[in-house]
Amino acid sequence: MAQVENPSPANSDAENTVSVASYLKSNVREYGLLIALIAVMIFFQVVTNGILMKPLNLTNLILQNSYIVIMAIGMLLIIVAGHIDLSVGSVMGFIGALAAVMIVNYEINYVITIVVCLIVGIAIGAAQGFWVAYYKIPAFIVTLAGMLSFRGLTLALLNGQSIGPFPTGFQKLSSGFIPDLFGVGRPHMLTIVLGIVLSVFLLYASWKDRKERDKFGNLEEPFAFFVLKNILIVFAINYLSYIMAGYRGYPNVLIVMAVLVAAYGFLTSSTTVGRRIYALGGNVKAAKLSGVNTERLTFLTFANMGLLAAFAGLVFAARLNTATPKAGYGYELDVIAAVFIGGASTTGGVGTVTGAIIGAFLMGVMNNGMSILSIGIDWQQVIKGLVLLAAVIFDVYNKKKAG
Amino acid sequence: MNTILEMRGITKTFPGVKALSDVNLTVGEGEIHALVGENGAGKSTLMKVLSGVYPYGTYEGDIVYNGEVQKYATISDSEEKGIIIIHQELALVPLLSIAENIFLGNERAKNGVINWPVAHSEAEMLLKIVGLDKPTGTLVTNLGTGQQQLVEIAKALSKEVKLLILDEPTSSLNEQDSAALLELLLEFKAKGISSILISHKLNEVVKVADKITVLRDGQTVSTLDCDKSEEMENRIIKDMVGRELTNRFPQRTPNISDMLLEVKGWNVYHQVHADRHLIRDVNFNVRAGEIVGISGLMGAGRTELAMSLFGRAYGQKISGEVELRGQPIDVSTINKAVANGLAYVTEDRKEYGLVLENSIKVNTTLSNLEGVSKGIVIDDNAETRVGLEYKQKLNTKCSGLMQQVVNLSGGNQQKVVLSKWLFANPDVLILDEPTRGIDVNAKYEIYTIINQLAQEGKGIIFISSELPELLGMTDRIYVMNEGRMVGEMPTKDASQEKIMRMIIKDKG
Repeated sequence: MAQVENPSPANSDAENTVSVASYLKSNVREYGLLIALIAVMIFFQVVTNGILMKPLNLTNLILQNSYIVIMAIGMLLIIVAGHIDLSVGSVMGFIGALAAVMIVNYEINYVITIVVCLIVGIAIGAAQGFWVAYYKIPAFIVTLAGMLSFRGLTLALLNGQSIGPFPTGFQKLSSGFIPDLFGVGRPHMLTIVLGIVLSVFLLYASWKDRKERDKFGNLEEPFAFFVLKNILIVFAINYLSYIMAGYRGYPNVLIVMAVLVAAYGFLTSSTTVGRRIYALGGNVKAAKLSGVNTERLTFLTFANMGLLAAFAGLVFAARLNTATPKAGYGYELDVIAAVFIGGASTTGGVGTVTGAIIGAFLMGVMNNGMSILSIGIDWQQVIKGLVLLAAVIFDVYNKKKAG
Repeated sequence: MNTILEMRGITKTFPGVKALSDVNLTVGEGEIHALVGENGAGKSTLMKVLSGVYPYGTYEGDIVYNGEVQKYATISDSEEKGIIIIHQELALVPLLSIAENIFLGNERAKNGVINWPVAHSEAEMLLKIVGLDKPTGTLVTNLGTGQQQLVEIAKALSKEVKLLILDEPTSSLNEQDSAALLELLLEFKAKGISSILISHKLNEVVKVADKITVLRDGQTVSTLDCDKSEEMENRIIKDMVGRELTNRFPQRTPNISDMLLEVKGWNVYHQVHADRHLIRDVNFNVRAGEIVGISGLMGAGRTELAMSLFGRAYGQKISGEVELRGQPIDVSTINKAVANGLAYVTEDRKEYGLVLENSIKVNTTLSNLEGVSKGIVIDDNAETRVGLEYKQKLNTKCSGLMQQVVNLSGGNQQKVVLSKWLFANPDVLILDEPTRGIDVNAKYEIYTIINQLAQEGKGIIFISSELPELLGMTDRIYVMNEGRMVGEMPTKDASQEKIMRMIIKDKG
C-alpha cells in the first residue's frame, strides 16, 4: 500500500497526514481485534462445515450473547473509570427472579414490572457506587459483597425453585422478532431494507465526519484505509442482514443492542460525561484538580451498571421463559473478560464500547463454535481463559513497545 | 585524617538537563561533612550517584572509597560497603514493628527462618544507641517523625555503617528532636563514623559540621573549613546564591491596577493528621497585572497554601476569607474555585496536571469542556480549533494535536497544562514551580507567557524555590516559612541574601 496524499490545504504542514502503515501500527489494537474476530469466525465456519453462519445458528448466537453484550457496555464504563463490578451476574439473576415473582406470583402487569425492575437495578448499582465513590471502599470488595448478597437474595426470593412461564408479551423482550412490514416473511424484507438503510446512513455519517475533520486539519486516517474500512462495514452489515433474513429477520433484542451500542458509543466518544470518565480513569488526581466531580461520576457509573445489569436480567429471564436460582451465575467473569479482551486497560482510562462488544462476540463465537464441535465445557473454559490472557499480554507488550 | 571518600569530576545528565557538572567532594574519616545549596543545586542527585541509585555508567567521573574506585550497580552494593543513605522521605513500612523495619532485607535468619529473640534483642541495643526508648514491637506508624528518623538511623547502624548520609534529616523535626539528632551525629563522629549532612538549616550545619561543600547549579562552588563562627553562615549564603543575573528573564513593564485577589486569615491543617497546623493565619493579596512571588524552602507550606485555596484540594479544617475584587468568593470546591476565576498550575504536572495517556487536545479542554460543547455533546471541531489555538499561542512543539502528552518534553508538557488553564480563562493563576524540570530555553518561553498573562490584567501568584527566578520575574515577593508569611517586600528591594536570611533567622 502506498502512502495516500491528502489534498486538504489544512494539512499542508503534513503533520497530520499519516501513512497507512504507521496508522495501522498506532491503531493495531483496534483493528487487530476485529481481524481476530473475523479470523475466528472464518475458522469456525470452515471447521463446522458452515453451521456457524447458518441463519438459525447466527440468530441464536446473537440471542445467547445479548445479555453479555448489554452488561459489557456498563462494565466498560466501570473499568475505564478504574473500578470493577463483580456483582453483575448476581444482580442479573436477582432482577430476573424479582420479575418472575412480580409477574407470575403476584400477576402484576409486565410493563410495570419491567419499569420497577429497572429502577431496582439502578438502586442496587447506586448503593454499591455510593460506597465506592464517597467512602473510597475498593470496588472489588463492595461488589464482591454485592455478588454474595444478591446471589443469596435470588435464592431467597425464588425459595430455591424456578418460577415461570412468563406471558408472551414479556417473552418478546428476547425471543421476539421485528415484523416484516412488506409481508413477504421469508426472506425477511424489512431486515434487508434496514441493513441497507443503516449502511447508507453510516456511509454518509463517516463521509461527513471525514470532511469536517479534513477542514480542521484533524485528519489522521489515510484515505485508502477509510475506503477499505467502509467497504468492510457495509459488507458485514448487509451480509448479516441477508443471513438473518433467511430465518425470521432481526430479533428485537438485536435492535435494542444496536441502539444501546450507538448511544453508549456516542456517550463515551462525544460527550462531556464520557470524556470525564476517561480522564478520571486515566489520572484521578489530575481530573479532580481540573474540576471534574470524580465522586459523582463514579457513583453514576455504578448506577448505570445496575441499570444495564437489570436490563440484561430481564432479557435473560425472557429468553429462558423462567427465572432460575442459577441465572447469571459466573456471568460477571464473562463480562469482565469481554471488556479486557476488547482492549480496556486494567488500570483504567483506556477502552472503547466497540472493543468491548467485539470482545463479547469473540467469546460468544468461540463458545458457539466449540459447542457445535462438541468440545466439552471443561476445555471451552480453558481455551477462553487462554484467550483472555493472550489478549492482555498482547496489550501490555504493545504498550511497552510503544513507550 | 584519612580520606574515606573522594568523588572526582562527577557529571550527571538527564534528558535535556545537566544536573551535575564536574562535581568534587572529599570526605575524611570520622568527619561530618555538610552539603549545602539551593533546591535543585544537585545535592540529592550527587548522593544518589554515591549510593548507587544511579548505577555506574550512567554518570561520568569516579567514586573513590577507601582508596578503591567503586562501580555500584544497585543500592545494595554501596550498602555492603557501609554507605547508608537516609532519605528525606523515610523508607519505613508503617505497619511493621520497629524490629521488623530495622532488619528488613537484612533479617536475623537462618535458612529463611527468622530468629525473633535475637532480632528483638539486637534491635533493643540499637535503639539504646540512638536513644529511642520504645518497645521494639511498636508499629512504626505509631511513632512520631523524629522517632521514625531514629529508627532509620538504627537500621543504618544494623548494617555496620561507615559513611552515613542524611538528606534533610531535621526538616520535619521540632527543635528538641533536631538537637538530639545532631548530638547523635557527634557521638557517631567520636566512634569514627563519617557522615554527610544535607541541610537547609545553616545554623545547625555550622554547629556540627567540620567541612562544608557548597553546590550551585550542579557545580561545586567551594569547600569550606567550618570554624563555627557567626560569619560562617553569611559566607555560606553568599556562596549558595552568588550567581549573576544575566538576561534570563524577558523584559516587562508592569501595569498594575486594582486589587484582584485578597486572602485573609487563612488556616489549614494537615490532610491526614488533624492536629498538624500547616498554614497559620496567612494573609496576602494580588493586584490585576501583578506577578507576586512566594518564596520559601521545601516544606514551608507554599503548595499546601495554594492547593487549599484552590477548592480545598488539600488539607482539612480550612478557615479564612477569599475576596475577588473586594467581593467574598466561595472557593469551597474546585468547581467553584474555577468558576470564581482561580486556576492552579501544579508543581507535579505528571501526577496532578495531566492525563498522560491522553492527547494534547483532550488535556487542553479538560477543565473547560463546556467551552467546546453544546449541552453535553462535545463539538469535536470546536475542540480541535481550541487545541490548535493554544498550541500556536504557546508554541507547543508536538507531532500533532493527537499526540499523547506522555511523549512530550517537560517544557511542552507544561505548556499543555498552561493551555488547559488559560482556556478556563481565570482571573488569578497560581503557578506552583512552573519551570521545574524544564530546560533553559523552554523556561524563557514559559516566562514570556507568564508576562503576557500579567499584561492581559490577570493576577499571577508565582511559587518558586529558585530565588533568581522570583527576583527576575515578580513585582513583589512574600517569604513563607513553616506555614507563616514571615516577610513581604517589593522585588526591587529584595535580594537572595535578604530572603535567605529572613527564612533562616525565623525561629518560629
